[in-house]
Amino acid sequence: MSSQDIPEENLPAEQDHAHGAVSVADEKNPFADPGLPPHEHRIQDVDERAAKRSERVVALLFTVSMLATLGFIASYVAIPSDKSIFVFPIGHISAMNFALGLTLGTALFCIGAGAVHWARTLMSDVEVADERHPVAAAPDLRAKVHEDFKQGAKESAIGRRKLIRNTMLGALTLVPLSGLFLLRDLGPLPGTKLRHTLWSKGKLLVNMNTNEPLRPEDVAVGSLTFAKPEGLEEDDEEFQTEIAKAALMIVRLQPENIKDKRELEWSHEGIVAYSKICTHVGCPISLYEQQTHHVLCPCHQSTFDLSDGARVIFGPAGHALPQLRIGVNGEGYLEALGDFEEPVGPAFWERG
Amino acid sequence: MKKLSARRRHPLAAVVVLLLALAATGGLYAAFAPASKAQADETAQSLAIEEGKKLFAVGCASCHGTGGQGTSDGPSLVGVGAAAVDFQVGTGRMPAATSQGAQAPRKRVQYSQAEIDQLAAYVASLGAGPAIPTKEQYGAEGADIAKGGELFRTNCAQCHNFTGKGGALTRGKFAPTLEGVDPKHIYEAMQTGPQNMPSFPDTTMSEQNKKDIIAYLHAVDSSETENPGGLELGGLGPVTEGLFAWIFGLGALIAVAVWVAARTAKAKKS
Repeated sequence: MSSQDIPEENLPAEQDHAHGAVSVADEKNPFADPGLPPHEHRIQDVDERAAKRSERVVALLFTVSMLATLGFIASYVAIPSDKSIFVFPIGHISAMNFALGLTLGTALFCIGAGAVHWARTLMSDVEVADERHPVAAAPDLRAKVHEDFKQGAKESAIGRRKLIRNTMLGALTLVPLSGLFLLRDLGPLPGTKLRHTLWSKGKLLVNMNTNEPLRPEDVAVGSLTFAKPEGLEEDDEEFQTEIAKAALMIVRLQPENIKDKRELEWSHEGIVAYSKICTHVGCPISLYEQQTHHVLCPCHQSTFDLSDGARVIFGPAGHALPQLRIGVNGEGYLEALGDFEEPVGPAFWERG
Repeated sequence: MKKLSARRRHPLAAVVVLLLALAATGGLYAAFAPASKAQADETAQSLAIEEGKKLFAVGCASCHGTGGQGTSDGPSLVGVGAAAVDFQVGTGRMPAATSQGAQAPRKRVQYSQAEIDQLAAYVASLGAGPAIPTKEQYGAEGADIAKGGELFRTNCAQCHNFTGKGGALTRGKFAPTLEGVDPKHIYEAMQTGPQNMPSFPDTTMSEQNKKDIIAYLHAVDSSETENPGGLELGGLGPVTEGLFAWIFGLGALIAVAVWVAARTAKAKKS
């Protein structure tokens, strides 16, 4: 039933006319206005002692609030910040945190509780009907405002001095442009940044624990190691941006356990290097189960099989983890043989 | 010299000579003792291996084979080292109740520490592997807790959660909580990679790294941890915290709203 089907006299606006007066249902208006129920007095309205009691309760709540505020200041000054206490059932907690929270909470709650109790027991609870008045002003007032406006426009000579009018319009039109130009910071477009990482041919694989380049004999079967490209240091300005793409997870499998031909070709004596960034939404993925060779993403449970080209075997990830082709340089250190061949991390519009 | 010679018939001369002789014998014994003690150690070691072999035949051989070579029910133990035995048996994971199931959970320890040492000695004799770490290796002395936290978040937190509370893996497997785990066992687990946990050998995670991680865990996840925030709700993150906020936070707000809007007591019931 749409609003057009409702008889006009039944709309709330029409019914409001009857407000305040008790009317009866008839043909045109089937819903009688019941009017206000008879007012009942509260205990506090008739018994002055009860009202006094309520007054004292409200005053007590406000006083407790004042004391709590003083307690807050006192605890801030007096309690050493490293002191720990045991409070049941919270357990061990910093004494200062606990005292500050408790006193500030009490101070605020008691103001609110006092105000509510005041309103509920002592302020007048007689319901009053207040009639609405029309929104429009009286006709003569409207005519006067109209006249004033016309006269103001004439005195400002905006119609005559066209130069002022036009430059003012120009200024007002240009102001929003500065806001528009701030949007430029949404760009520039990433270009090919998403397709490249810091890895390139000859870059050593540096162990993130020891900050030393890795040798093949360091990496045991069943172990898990995280590596970053040589030259990227943790205090570099761009460290987070770069490691977010270049983070590497290094595991060693028995070469005969590697099912994927390309994976075997890109590995070194069973050592494989995979991107640590999940291809679903880019969580760091490294819940490695060394017996099953599965890697699980903690965010959405995408599971990849590292013995089979990091193929997705479960979960929402769309494609396999990118593998980094590695080898050993003349000095016996593990090195990258190039960048990842596909973009790491989650898919994006132009990924293809 | 003449004076000494003149007194050789003194009544106390015999006592002095006897004392000197005793001192000389004692000195000589002391000089030769380490050699014989090493010999004693060696015999004790081979005795431990013998005893361990007997224990192994009774408790472990049905799954791991009579020579620890492994069967279809249990992996080979050649080369796992004493540290793996000390971890698996010392935390009660081994002997496992069954070779089925997702993983062997931590349970009541079945052997005394002396028996575990014997088993470890026997398994270590099957092939070289990591030894049981010493107190200097896993003790808190000289550890950098902040660095340990960094290492923990890089290497361990993905499975064991940021403060070592543990987490779920695939198909019923899980990373256990690290609360209340002996620092020695944490060290051994990193070194040997028990069950599905990858190992973190000394070549990729140095002894100092491991010490730092253990110190970090002691700081954030032990009975002595001082948590300034109070109630940690299991330390599991948004699930328990959200549940608590929805039930108790919203519950309190609803209770207050009901109180604000409730009918006040009337003087006369109608």
